[in-house]
Amino acid sequence: MPAEPPPTADRPVVEMRDINISFPGVKALQDVSFRLYPGEVHALMGENGAGKSTLIKALTGVYQIDSGVISVKGEEVSFSGPAQAQQAGIATVYQEVNLVTNLSVAENIMLGREPRRLGMIDWRRMRKHAASVLAGLNLDIDPGSLLSAHSIAVQQLVAIGRAIDVQADVLVLDEPTSSLDVKEVAELMAVIRQVRDSGVAVLFVSHFLDQTYQISDRITVLRNGGLVGEYLAADLPRLQLVSKMIGKDLAALEALEEGTKREAVERVEGGAYLTAAALGRKGSIEPFDLDIHPGEVVGLAGLLGSGRTELVRLLYGADRSDTGTMTIAGKDIKLRSPRQALDRKIAFASENRKSEGLIGDLSVRANIVLAMQAERGWTRQIPRRQQDEIADRYIKALDIRPTSPDTLVRNLSGGNQQKVLLGRWLLTEPNLLILDEPTRGIDVGAKAQIQKLVAGLSEKGMAVVFISAELEEVLRLSHRICILRDRRKVAEIVNSEQTSVDDIMDIIAAEAQPA
Amino acid sequence: MTTSLAPPTPAAHSRQRLGQRFEQYTQIGVTALLLVIMLIVGSLLYPNFTSGQAIFDLLSKNVFLIPLAIGMTFVILSGGIDLSVGAVMALGSVIAASLLQAGWSAVLVIPIVLLAASALGLLVGIMISRFEIQPFIATLAAMFLARGLCLVITDRSIAINDGFFQTMNLAHINLWEQETVNLRGRVRITDVYTTPSVAIAMALLVVAFVILHYSRFGRTVYAVGGNESSSRLMGLRVDRTKISVYVISGFCAGVSGLLFAFYTASGDPVAGIGYELNAIAAVVIGGTLLSGGSGYVLGSMLGVLVLATIYAYKEFDGDLNTGWTRLMIGVLVLFFIVLQRLVATRRRR
Amino acid sequence: MKKLTSHRLLWPAVVLIALLVANLLWNHSFFDITVRDGNLYGAPVDILRRAAPVVLVALGMTLVIATRGIDLSVGAVAAISGSWASMYIISSGGGSVGVVLTAVGVALVMALIAGAWNGFLVSVLGIQPIVATLVLMVAGRGLAQIITNEKILYPDNSPAYKLIGGGYLLAVPFSILLAGGIFALTAVLTRRTALGTLIESVGVNPEASRLAGVRARPIIFLAYVFSGLCAGIAGLMLTSNSTSADPNSIGLFIELDAILAVVIGGTSLAGGRFSLAGTLIGAFIIETMDAFVVIAISARSTDVFKACVVIIVCLLQSSRVRAWLLNVLRWGRQPRSPRRTEPGSTSVPPAPDGATAPTLTVPDINTGTNADSTGGPGSLPVKAKS
Repeated sequence: MPAEPPPTADRPVVEMRDINISFPGVKALQDVSFRLYPGEVHALMGENGAGKSTLIKALTGVYQIDSGVISVKGEEVSFSGPAQAQQAGIATVYQEVNLVTNLSVAENIMLGREPRRLGMIDWRRMRKHAASVLAGLNLDIDPGSLLSAHSIAVQQLVAIGRAIDVQADVLVLDEPTSSLDVKEVAELMAVIRQVRDSGVAVLFVSHFLDQTYQISDRITVLRNGGLVGEYLAADLPRLQLVSKMIGKDLAALEALEEGTKREAVERVEGGAYLTAAALGRKGSIEPFDLDIHPGEVVGLAGLLGSGRTELVRLLYGADRSDTGTMTIAGKDIKLRSPRQALDRKIAFASENRKSEGLIGDLSVRANIVLAMQAERGWTRQIPRRQQDEIADRYIKALDIRPTSPDTLVRNLSGGNQQKVLLGRWLLTEPNLLILDEPTRGIDVGAKAQIQKLVAGLSEKGMAVVFISAELEEVLRLSHRICILRDRRKVAEIVNSEQTSVDDIMDIIAAEAQPA
Repeated sequence: MTTSLAPPTPAAHSRQRLGQRFEQYTQIGVTALLLVIMLIVGSLLYPNFTSGQAIFDLLSKNVFLIPLAIGMTFVILSGGIDLSVGAVMALGSVIAASLLQAGWSAVLVIPIVLLAASALGLLVGIMISRFEIQPFIATLAAMFLARGLCLVITDRSIAINDGFFQTMNLAHINLWEQETVNLRGRVRITDVYTTPSVAIAMALLVVAFVILHYSRFGRTVYAVGGNESSSRLMGLRVDRTKISVYVISGFCAGVSGLLFAFYTASGDPVAGIGYELNAIAAVVIGGTLLSGGSGYVLGSMLGVLVLATIYAYKEFDGDLNTGWTRLMIGVLVLFFIVLQRLVATRRRR
Repeated sequence: MKKLTSHRLLWPAVVLIALLVANLLWNHSFFDITVRDGNLYGAPVDILRRAAPVVLVALGMTLVIATRGIDLSVGAVAAISGSWASMYIISSGGGSVGVVLTAVGVALVMALIAGAWNGFLVSVLGIQPIVATLVLMVAGRGLAQIITNEKILYPDNSPAYKLIGGGYLLAVPFSILLAGGIFALTAVLTRRTALGTLIESVGVNPEASRLAGVRARPIIFLAYVFSGLCAGIAGLMLTSNSTSADPNSIGLFIELDAILAVVIGGTSLAGGRFSLAGTLIGAFIIETMDAFVVIAISARSTDVFKACVVIIVCLLQSSRVRAWLLNVLRWGRQPRSPRRTEPGSTSVPPAPDGATAPTLTVPDINTGTNADSTGGPGSLPVKAKS
């Protein structure tokens, strides 16, 4: 099973053997082995819940392993924290930007390693060094500026700069491109190639398959906490990779895809439920027009940072608009709070489940009835019996596991958490349901269930606004697709059998500045 | 490739940097302005309010607040809070007084007091960092502990007769000569002076400034206060830093205790009740955010001067109800936190 | 909910029982209650009576803390209300019931205003609770001093006024009845209405609550008003029961005792789930321990012991310490449990189980074996393109 080592080195710089990690109730990693060679980009692939994140955290010292051996440069190690892993020569860039935004760019790059003169920090030398790091990434920003003054994309690049500057033996990149646009991704790929060629071992995790194939030399696939295999990228065709990741027969998969796509193409009649006219918010989204009809699924497509979430937050009153008007069910209204939107039968499932959706310490039952209770106010409590009945109904209908309504939602998996939130919104019986990345970070099974749910809801007359980074998903489900670029709605197309992902990509890429 | 935000020229960079620096300094600027206004008002209301000596008196009469504010700045910058500083100050003075009374020499007593105070800080730091107890509760418990230990040692103040302490009590550092005209029109030449305690407090201030702005530890304090989990992932020694700031706070409180003992020539178990609030008020007025990660220790010094000026009002006007000083301090704290809030919301827009 | 109470209240209850036993061992007549002039007397009665103001303040504090806030001003508010009432009774020259009622009424209104002020600063202006209530904590005592002109008052202990803090009703000290009544009222208010759940929701995740349509502002405002009211009543209790009312010392440190009671009782300072019963136990622990230390050791040692109890209870509540204890008790096994120290990733999925289920109104997807991959389109690669 293990592939031949490349000719550049014959010893791995990192070797993890028979790693086991368990959390209460779950075996996250079972007898997983993994190795990293210097001068190589090694991709770690797997669906969510496969254990990629856990394996990385074991390597970088965030988690302790229950059994197994980790060796770095031939020596066995046991990290008690990220600081030790860094000292052992492992630098990590995480998916969320993990920098300190109240300090300057230069400080963030050099924090912990600031150059000193006579025992005191030499600020000038620090700024100069930081400037050179930024130049290496083609980032033209002032190293003395506060990190918080820059966009997430820039902050992520600074994080990458920091990791590279540390000159580690191992560079771990966990979904480094999730906040970057096309040009920035290309820039990053070039930098990764440079780093690899200088002899560093790069561990690369991304759910973007094409990026993975662009850059990786070797691929390891995990599934459900176990190791499926290690392959050279050149020897593993895409479809085989996907099938190994989800463990499913390929033909069945493709047939399924065909089926659902065909369903999504009907036209919808009737007056608009919601009309937005020149609705906008400074610094957030340029004024846009949008009509949403009952029974229609409107998909929003665009790159990260294009403004999709910002747009729907205006529709929900989560943010207040500066300009424009909104008409809901014939009445003009300026939404000032989610409360008002809910009163008008609009519901919104945020993409940040944890920070904006779940009340983690409360039960499944309490989370599901929350919006309904909020509507009734604190004086009129929903009778306990009714709460139980509602909870049972939705647990069954949405296949939420585990099935006890008293389970605290923070103990559920991502997919089940998402279903609890969907239950909360569906309970309010909305006429317009806005879903922001409802299938992100969810295992394939739950993903399919949710997609089917959305299709079913629209058939019953509910209007749905659907945001997803996966364009195939948007294509599969939407009647109409709005395309956003750089905080502006640039196009609206009707989805038909001929529409393809390429069409959408063309519109997104059109008129973009040359690199 | 250029990212969409950045201005392209280095000149624009430094202009932008200046603009950001200005915003960071506005808070301190407001404090400084307030101080100047209060001094002017005082000099209009009371004679000799801003005479050279009176200004230095502001420092020497409130000298034990300075180390408390310095230590509190470290703790608050790191995102924590320390409610025990008043009690530890009292404990420091009581330990000093009782040991001196028992015949120990000042050379031994002073390090012991500092060690004891730092040890208490270490205990608190371990509770907070290793055992993950909330700083509010942990330092509250420490306050009870320190206050309780004071009462166990003695229930009334102990006089200090030690030579060194007496010297520190009476000593003057003469700075320059000044002509004063007293109420009867007689002109005298006196020395404007300050006390060695003030010199010690100022030295502590300088050391604190250097640590916070020129040492890796100091920058780590800012980082931990800004975002603790990120700091951990960046490989910074967060636990060690958190423990250290509480040790520093304890040490500073110990210094305060010694300064108190110098000033009053006694150790008093009920001293410093409410001083932690004054320290927090000084830090807030000085522009440090209670959420951590932002603020300057020089600002806290200005905050101490503001409080000192308010107390000076009370001194110069015997009839003034003490209640007014408290009310004024409360109003000032309110003013500054509302200001901080406005700046924060404006920045978010 | 049951799990929460049985778990979190266990340690505080154990500590309370231990303290009661210690008291009993030291003083065999500890639990003796005598009846004199038709009223109950005895050590337990004294403890309950001393605990009454702390319980009141702690009740209000519990709700405030649950909303992720804190109220440092309760001592000052107690001082204001107590001072004002005493002033009024003295300056009206008498202790008639009418005068007392007016005094009480106005004092409580002042307390409500103080609470509303705090509520305004926190819920409308969005100021951090520690700082917002710090303002009133400092300024409020100043106000109390100004009200009384910095004098210590000697209220004419009219029976009507004395009733609140020192008097008896139906053989039981009135203050105990009053505190108990307000406890019951609070319990009903929070559990029989949705107020409790909404407070917890706001405390656990304010942003998610906002997006779910919860109006946090009135809830947070109400919590601070309630806290102010409780503090006002406590202030009346405290001044009515003593022969002097010193604006500097009324309710001094009561906010600390209240916060300790809340924390010992299991409510986290970080907000969210709260327990009124826990707070009650916490307040009793503090008073019982004080009583014990005074008899057994010395009146001067109460603070040290209070500190130790707090530290012990907090350590026991800390999950780190519990995990460490469990490890130590387990023979020989050294592995440490994996720490999660990082930013929001999704939690680990539960063990896969074999069945799949249909979704709401949607045709079944027929599946094979693996639960987590019930088939269905995953993220298929983008064909072509640059």
